[in-house]
Amino acid sequence: MKNRVAYFGVFTALALIFSYVETLIPISFGIPGVKLGLANLIIVIALYKMKLKEAYLLSVVRVLLSGLIFGNYFSILYSLAGGLLSLTVMAFLKKRDGYSIMGISIAGGVCHNIGQLAVAAFVVETFHVFYYVPVLLIAGSATGLLIGILAGHMLNRLVNIQF
Amino acid sequence: MKMEWKKKDILLIIVIFAVAFLAYYLHEMIGTKGAGSVTVKVNGVIEGSYSLGEDQEIEINGGTNRLIIKNGKADMEAADCPDKLCVNQKAVSKNGESIICLPNKVIVEVESSENGEFDAVTN
Repeated sequence: MKNRVAYFGVFTALALIFSYVETLIPISFGIPGVKLGLANLIIVIALYKMKLKEAYLLSVVRVLLSGLIFGNYFSILYSLAGGLLSLTVMAFLKKRDGYSIMGISIAGGVCHNIGQLAVAAFVVETFHVFYYVPVLLIAGSATGLLIGILAGHMLNRLVNIQF
Repeated sequence: MKMEWKKKDILLIIVIFAVAFLAYYLHEMIGTKGAGSVTVKVNGVIEGSYSLGEDQEIEINGGTNRLIIKNGKADMEAADCPDKLCVNQKAVSKNGESIICLPNKVIVEVESSENGEFDAVTN
């Protein structure tokens, strides 16, 4: 499709905007490190609407850009690990039939957290951070479920657009 | 896009929660065994540091307070102050927990041998 580059730009912009909107939401879940992950909404949609290669590229581009704009070197590292692991697992589950978009998004949310925690353990050079695993698993499931439901509704409205 | 739950979704969620609870219990069981130490300060001056690993009785401040370490926990057993707040406080064992006796200016603080619970926070 000839509009591919334009669509990719729009998706990137959307992901960035969602990253920004997320920083504006003052909701704290009372647990450090837990956030909604609105930008992942775009990644989930890209997973269903784009080629997998482009979804990966989108994930990397959005992490690099939002990291440079809103974060720092370490936040890029964390997000990259989380984002890539999350996308890989989601793509894997999507290929195997039998999962709804909610299930796939939940797996993605959980893996996002696990990827970040793995980098954290590596950076801090202690496995002690893994006491945090239960919290992040539950939190990842909750945010993943929310993102999955949102993505499902959005895909229903984007049904006429194919990239 | 059908927004219906499928069997494998439920299975996935059950597995995630099972792993979460398992990890929680594993941490509860292993995490508390790592013996730390307590630092005793009187009037801001460090009087001594004692391991939580061995059971012992410590006389603090020339005998105004008595601290007992047993089963990896430190508990103030006696104090000559009138309010006995520190005596009534629960035993401490985890990093950062403390027992404070204000009248005698005694502070007992746990320093776990492992790193603090929050090494890094990202947002």
